[in-house]
Amino acid sequence: MALIELKGIARTFQLGDTTVNALADLNLVIDPGEYLAIMGPSGSGKSTLLNLLGLLDRPNAGSYLLEGRDVTTMQPDELAKVRSTRIGFVFQSFHLVPRLTAAENIALPMTLAGIPAAERVKRVAQALLDFGLENRADHRPDQLSGGQRQRVAIARATIMQPALILADEPTGNLDRHTGEEVVRLLEELNERGVTLVVVTHDQALGARARRQLMMEDGRLQSDSTHLPPLQGEGRGGDGLIAPISNPSPSPPPP
Amino acid sequence: MRLPDILRFARDAAIGYPMRTSLSVLAMSIGVASVVILTALGDGARRYVVGQFSSLGSNLVIVLPGRSGTGGFNPANAITSTPRDLTIDDAAALLRAAGVKQVAPLTAGTSEISVAGRLREVMVAGTTASYFPIRNFELGQGSALPEEDWGRGSAVAVIGNTIREEMFGNAPAIGQLVRVGDRRLRVVGVLKPVGQGLGMNTDELVIVPVALAQAMFNSNTLFRVLIEAKSREAIPQVREEVAEILKQRHRGEEDVTVITQDAVLATFDKLLGALTLGVAGIAAISLAVAGILVMNVMLVAVTQRTGEIGLLKALGATGNTIRLAFLAEAAMLSAVGALLGYLLGQLGAFALRQFFPVFPAYPPDWAVIAGLSTALGTGLLFGFMPARRAALMDPVQALMKH
Repeated sequence: MALIELKGIARTFQLGDTTVNALADLNLVIDPGEYLAIMGPSGSGKSTLLNLLGLLDRPNAGSYLLEGRDVTTMQPDELAKVRSTRIGFVFQSFHLVPRLTAAENIALPMTLAGIPAAERVKRVAQALLDFGLENRADHRPDQLSGGQRQRVAIARATIMQPALILADEPTGNLDRHTGEEVVRLLEELNERGVTLVVVTHDQALGARARRQLMMEDGRLQSDSTHLPPLQGEGRGGDGLIAPISNPSPSPPPP
Repeated sequence: MRLPDILRFARDAAIGYPMRTSLSVLAMSIGVASVVILTALGDGARRYVVGQFSSLGSNLVIVLPGRSGTGGFNPANAITSTPRDLTIDDAAALLRAAGVKQVAPLTAGTSEISVAGRLREVMVAGTTASYFPIRNFELGQGSALPEEDWGRGSAVAVIGNTIREEMFGNAPAIGQLVRVGDRRLRVVGVLKPVGQGLGMNTDELVIVPVALAQAMFNSNTLFRVLIEAKSREAIPQVREEVAEILKQRHRGEEDVTVITQDAVLATFDKLLGALTLGVAGIAAISLAVAGILVMNVMLVAVTQRTGEIGLLKALGATGNTIRLAFLAEAAMLSAVGALLGYLLGQLGAFALRQFFPVFPAYPPDWAVIAGLSTALGTGLLFGFMPARRAALMDPVQALMKH
């Protein structure tokens, strides 16, 4: 069963008396475990698509099946529950709560879901270890570097063990080296079976995904064809993609 | 989201914006403090008056010359309609009534007192020995007026403590002669200093036998007759008997007014109670203003934290959770403000009592409870709208505001 199945999705916005078609007649199937990049110029509808995939927005037409369930007819509270348990978000500007510590930020989805404190402490401790943040647990976001902040955000996105991670320009506010680290973290998650959808302007970042969607004017311009989805054995490989779209090869991992 | 988590989240949010939080807490605490202090003042006034009335003596029935209807004291009546004097004999006749314990006739006027060239104006009360126990007067030195025939009027006086100080200084006063008006009187007693009484300062009073006072002021009528009933239950009966006896003695005319202390007390109690309530109402307005301020602060908070609300929604918070979090924050601001205001108010009332020891400025319990619950109520009520706005926010729009 496909993780995500979009059929005939349309999303329009009313700007004054003109109607803008942010998305029009969009069909898309995403299988579990895919690594997908959505690319396109500003205003092409990629953020709208991401919001739809993340259940933050509703389409005006079409159907959206998430894990076989039609989510377009769900009540807001049901949608919140699906977001809580199945979807993790990673944002360009991290979106950490400034007054909470790193550990509290990571625990936030569990707190919202009403998971008991003892369980939260256990899982947060593991997450801090996994993401190399064990010495930063009690730091507030303004005491963390950009890379650390995004690592906290990724830890937060994964703490509920979602099936799908949606990353909106996850490296947009980071320098190249830190961005590289963050992308590899996300790719490692994908290797463990989490479906990863990245929205980006960055050709180099987009090219690392196993599948690319090019969007323009609210329509799918192209669905990547250059590689069939790799099954099982490792990820798409830097070497394979870097020469195609990266004029200056990404720096080697430290 | 679990309740302790919601509370902790709301607390952290409140602490996260110290300026905003402290201002709304301040407004709320001023509101509650004003309720507490103002009602303490109002209720203090009530207690003070009630206390003063009680110090007049217990189980008191008072006869006034002249008829005033049930409407209470009417100045026109007091001046015009006294066809028949209320005499000492009238007062003596009242001793016949069954429930009466003791009777004191009272006549009053102002005169001058002089001792060795020192002169001052004084209030002179003409009465009998029974006046002292009825009014609960205590003597500092010497003795009260002698028990004697009410018509006799021996040349003695009991003086107030201030008079003694001014006339005699440190010299002994008992047994000394003073001149009051054109009479020479011997001082037999000095009242204990008591301070300000209701309308009459006994420290500046000269008490003489009633017959003497009537002769001094050349008058046959009494100012009051004070009657002490044997018990509280006997008061209504005494009142009727007194009215009946005086009616008979005045040839069937009801030309006196009989009032009971209870009635006067109840009137004052009601009046000042209403005053306290009115003052509390005024203070409640400041509470409502504080509530509106909390609403404003919460609306600003919702706007300021739009991005955060979007994030919470993306992370799976339901509208209900967000509404609860903001309501909890508003409730916390109000509760802390109310508590602080309560302490401030009690402190203010305490300070009032320190500065004016005779004034029992204690806030009544009902006012404290009403003030605190109004504070919490308005906080929650006015917190509801901002919380609702937060809960209904569109997550996509909210996330873009980060």
